[in-house]
Amino acid sequence: MNTLFAIFIYFSTLVFVVGLLQRIRSYAGTPAPLKIPTTPAPVTSGGVVLRMTREVVFFESLFKANLWTWAAGWLFHASMLLVVLRHLRYFTDPVWGWVVFIQPFGIYAGITMLAGLFGLLARRFFVERIRYISTPSDYLMLVLLIGIAASGLLMKFAGHPDVILVKNFFTGLMHLSIQSLPANAVLYVHLSLVFTLLLIFPMSKLLHAPGLFFSPSRNQTDNPREKRHIASWAVKLESEK
Amino acid sequence: MADIAAPAYRTIPIIPELKPGAMEGKGPFVAPDKINEALGFPGHLVDDWHDKAIAKMGDLLSRYRSLKVYMDACVHCGACSDKCHYFIGTQDPKNMPVARQDLMRSVYRRYFTLPGKLFPKLVGARDLTREVLDEWFNYFHQCSECRRCSVFCPYGIDTAEVTMAAREILDSVGYGQKYSNEIIGKVHKIGNNLGLPGPALQDTLEGLEEDVKDATGVDVRFPIDVKGAEVLLITPSADFFAEPHIDSLIGYAKVFHATGTSWTLSSMSSEAGNFGMFIGNYEQLRAIAMRIRQAALELGVKRIVVGECGHAWRVAYSFWNTLTGVGDGADPNDRFAQMLQKQLDHRYKQPAHICEFTWDMIQDERLVFDKSQNDKYVITFHDSCNVARGSNMGGYPGGQFDIPRNIIRAVANNFVEMDSSTIYERTFCCGGGGGLLTDDLIDVRVKGALPRMEMLQQVKDGHGVNFMACICAICKAQFTKVLPIYGFDRKVIGGVHQLVSNAIQLGVK
Repeated sequence: MNTLFAIFIYFSTLVFVVGLLQRIRSYAGTPAPLKIPTTPAPVTSGGVVLRMTREVVFFESLFKANLWTWAAGWLFHASMLLVVLRHLRYFTDPVWGWVVFIQPFGIYAGITMLAGLFGLLARRFFVERIRYISTPSDYLMLVLLIGIAASGLLMKFAGHPDVILVKNFFTGLMHLSIQSLPANAVLYVHLSLVFTLLLIFPMSKLLHAPGLFFSPSRNQTDNPREKRHIASWAVKLESEK
Repeated sequence: MADIAAPAYRTIPIIPELKPGAMEGKGPFVAPDKINEALGFPGHLVDDWHDKAIAKMGDLLSRYRSLKVYMDACVHCGACSDKCHYFIGTQDPKNMPVARQDLMRSVYRRYFTLPGKLFPKLVGARDLTREVLDEWFNYFHQCSECRRCSVFCPYGIDTAEVTMAAREILDSVGYGQKYSNEIIGKVHKIGNNLGLPGPALQDTLEGLEEDVKDATGVDVRFPIDVKGAEVLLITPSADFFAEPHIDSLIGYAKVFHATGTSWTLSSMSSEAGNFGMFIGNYEQLRAIAMRIRQAALELGVKRIVVGECGHAWRVAYSFWNTLTGVGDGADPNDRFAQMLQKQLDHRYKQPAHICEFTWDMIQDERLVFDKSQNDKYVITFHDSCNVARGSNMGGYPGGQFDIPRNIIRAVANNFVEMDSSTIYERTFCCGGGGGLLTDDLIDVRVKGALPRMEMLQQVKDGHGVNFMACICAICKAQFTKVLPIYGFDRKVIGGVHQLVSNAIQLGVK
């Protein structure tokens, strides 16, 4: 059982890493032949860095679009970040000081993460427009994340597994040795869901994460008159003339 | 035409209920064989359209990062879902930007992603059937490529890019739109969208010189094909004869006259508009823009100035340097671009918008105005979508909003803004942009104008606004037609340089 589970974890991690790198390489390798930044477009590259930072950290455009979606979405993402960082303690020995410091906040974040996810799910059910555009996978993705957060919290507040064993298992995996996991059903559910998420990441809408960084309407500098911008395939049109 | 009625104003700002299927239909007129073939497209729908369309989609995905990222990144968050003027006006859920994108994304998922190949129902993937293709033709011609959705998308997904790709795929299988393709054919053959030949253009300009002489007593010239002129003016061809466009053309000529600028039009390149962008075809976009390069080289001009036209300014500002080298900063080894860039005077931005030109002259105090000439107007300004969201003026963020307003304030006393949620980058398209300015699409054009008309009504009621200035030939043509349907006088719409023309004092400096 431990071996099978370890193989699943290795496999999904491999798919996640290789798939994501392949996707990023394909975004980076595809030319953006025209300058298409959307207003408000910065005219310097420093401005672009600021704009991207505001988008990534605060979800600026979503804030302009819809406060409820923004509130639920931002709460979920910010909480998840804290929760993920909190989990670093299962992979490093000794545990870094700041990871120790955020442990209690990470628990609150687990709760707010769940709140954000339910907010997003409620929108899918109750807002007619969003219900119209939702596919089964949109609901399932939220259910998956809710399952991850809920099972995680369940282990914290009821049926605590032996975290030392969990840590041994993961540090062991990092050194290619398979240790045993505590026989805790909730833990198995939690880990299965997490690694399912990683498995589907590179072929699902979760690609919005790397996608944002490659979005030409956001990451281009608005200086088309000052500097000639041309794609390699477009240069060929000039040599034919 | 007579049965076209304006939709009722909403109690602002409620989001309309969905009316699925409200805008189902055949879409605009399909281009006949001759028109398609003139552009190198198949004359009519080819037998193997399915395979060709999928292959074309793959080709575009490899050439446009925008399309590739936008197909993957959408999470169906709904941020854009209430932002499109066509959705607001028609209530058809397929006019929500995300749903419009999904018309293509569903096909992308089916043919280009693993989950879509394995579990199509789960991820909303579907086969490219004839019904889907027809749906594309209909709904991708209910998008004016105005980019309002892109402003609000957390990933910047621009439906305009998706619409352009869809139209290019449709063209590549012989399923093009008559209006856009016919116009592109005219540019290639005659030099402008209206098919106005050189001699007719010359006559028109001579007539204008007489009109202005009669009205002002001053010999304002409208020169054409003058070699060695300093400025080449590239303006939408509607400026040569349509109302109210022509009043702005007179305004440009008066500004050039008053500042002693030597300028010229070109009969070979008498069009700023570039419908190549509307159909998303880079080669067409480039071929149309090349006429401007050719005219600039032949006439030996130092500056290129662009008249009042929204998408034309986007193409000029954002794309001309890329397509033709009209601009600055080409690599020293880039012989194609350097050839032109060496000729241009880089103390000025190349190309420049006529508003940038006029505003510079106002700041240099080279123009004198009698603002009271515009006192009969209470003026508001409609930001044209392509200027607002796809271009810039003045070289600083937001210049494209300030400069036209600065000019209006310099030439008129009464200026009022419309509701802040519908100006600047949040402006609404007029409803006729992106290749939709054709009578076979009048229904969607009228409905798409709804959000702008609501706000115009608001400032009319609140402040007595009786003139809506803009800097776009399509906005002018669209509103001239649509305003009366909403109960306004058609003369409420006009150009910024129409106001300049009213107030400018010739022969004073």
